[in-house]
Amino acid sequence: MSVLFVAGSALGAVLAAGADAVSPDASATAVSGAAVRAALHDAAASGVSLNEYVAMLFVFMLATFVGLDVIRRVSRLLHTPLMSLTNAISAVAVVGSILIAGGKHGEGWTWINTLGTVAIAASITNIVSGFLITDRMLKMFKKREEKKP
Amino acid sequence: MSDPVVQLAYLVSTGLFIFALKWMNHPETARRAVLSGVAAMALAIIGTCLSPGLISSHFKYIALAAIIGTVIGVPLSWVPLTAVPQRTALSHAFGGLAAGLVGVAEFYKQHAEGGHALGRFETSALCAEVLLGFLTFTGSLMAAGKLQELKFIPSRPVTYKGQNVVNLSLLGIAVFCCVLLVIDGARFQHLFPVVVILALLFGVLLIIPIGGADMPTVISLLNSYAGLSAVAMGFVMGNKLLITAGALDGSSGLILSIIMCKAMNRSFANVLFGAFGKVQRAEAAAENKIIRSATPRDAAELMENASLVVIVPGYGMAVAQAQHRVREVYDQLTKRGIRVKFGIHPVAGRMPGHMNVLLAEADIPYEDLVEMDEINPEMPQCDICLVIGANDVVNPAARDNPKSPIYGMPIIEADKAKVILAVKRSMNPGFAGIENDLYYNEKTLMVFGDAKAVAGEIAKHLAGDSSE
Repeated sequence: MSVLFVAGSALGAVLAAGADAVSPDASATAVSGAAVRAALHDAAASGVSLNEYVAMLFVFMLATFVGLDVIRRVSRLLHTPLMSLTNAISAVAVVGSILIAGGKHGEGWTWINTLGTVAIAASITNIVSGFLITDRMLKMFKKREEKKP
Repeated sequence: MSDPVVQLAYLVSTGLFIFALKWMNHPETARRAVLSGVAAMALAIIGTCLSPGLISSHFKYIALAAIIGTVIGVPLSWVPLTAVPQRTALSHAFGGLAAGLVGVAEFYKQHAEGGHALGRFETSALCAEVLLGFLTFTGSLMAAGKLQELKFIPSRPVTYKGQNVVNLSLLGIAVFCCVLLVIDGARFQHLFPVVVILALLFGVLLIIPIGGADMPTVISLLNSYAGLSAVAMGFVMGNKLLITAGALDGSSGLILSIIMCKAMNRSFANVLFGAFGKVQRAEAAAENKIIRSATPRDAAELMENASLVVIVPGYGMAVAQAQHRVREVYDQLTKRGIRVKFGIHPVAGRMPGHMNVLLAEADIPYEDLVEMDEINPEMPQCDICLVIGANDVVNPAARDNPKSPIYGMPIIEADKAKVILAVKRSMNPGFAGIENDLYYNEKTLMVFGDAKAVAGEIAKHLAGDSSE
């Protein structure tokens, strides 16, 4: 089911990107470095070029293949620590949360910044507890030789 | 996102994340994996804080949020290892919440800024982010509640007529709202809260019909969703680090779910919509079958004369916290030169790899933790198979009886051993409510009692005999 979902959402994204390319305002945006930098905190709204969308899909596809291949080799002994480690890794959402919390959305501090801050707290919780518990579990896996008779 | 320093930090961070997962392929290199992961995350956070466009006066709140997160996170990492499945589910909930909140913030940010609607690509991704994020949030909270056996959340599957129709139509409505939002985000923006509410509701309804035995699959699936929602966030924000790290997490959850499904011979659809574990008991229970029982002392005497003992642990061992007593049995037997191995079924316990972590905690060297496929060829040579707290994963009906609800599920072939000792509290069927023929096998001796107490007794008898 998940495979279908991934394939489906990728396809949907491609179609949506294609639809955007024909609308004039999206393709009209010049992607000069300075313009993108200025609009950094709301890159999405500035209308990125079709190439950028395709590049993102490329990255997603390749990362998924790398992920599938690397995870397949993970020792079955370590599936529980693997899950807590990937838990911490998926808390990389903290990046998006910081961009929202620290960005400018109107005058001063807005409720949007508050949402970002709550998201930071949730992500940091996962990062801290995820890495700590993974290390705690991995410390327990010992070889036979280490045991004193 | 074109600032070269930030992008470079993200690039190195991505590489380190991949190394982190790569080093998980062996216990010897695994601790390096954590270091690599921490370094990657530190780079990601520092890089993000250096991004242009952030307002410096907001950093005090960011720091405050980080402190709050640390204060909650540190105690969460101290939970006993038997509670690791709940903790994992809870952290999936946090991950989903973060993704969902960022999605909501992104949506209203765009509409606040002069109604400049998001492009179709971003809106599609944003809908996926919000749907996945919030359904992971409530779904994982429910899963954590079930695993913790909270009183107000039934841990047995709850099913009702038309359940799948209700769930699928809710999802259908949510997806339809998303399509409208993609078509014209400004005109249909009032539908956005509807999507959020439906996603929250769908998460709850998705987990209600799922029983304990399916938790390993569901936790893996939620793990995958948490990753995919981060990917979607990356698409919305045009951030490649979010896309790669999220995809790594997504594929990890996917592979674990596939392994879990294969180990139960079931499909994803069957796990999510099949409502496993409905009450199927009382069919065979009426038959008069003979049970042979033994005392822990008998068990100890039998084991003393064995040359290969295979211990098959299950969720019952985790519940009884019996792993340290099992280690004492292991020590006593290995001291006498008896070979002891553990046969680990992939779905034993409540999450992938649950048994391995518990046994590692009890200082059992990982070389003696053997996977199902490797232990099965050795079972005919096994003198004693000690089944402790496991049930369905050793049920020969899965292999022999096409009528059994678990038929086709790969099992650890405990019945091939010369003698089987099954430690069990009573003759009640296991979580799935399926009668286990193994207990009526003429080679089987039941040792009734709490797993921890019985294992302790056996170890005591073994120790006592050696000093005589």
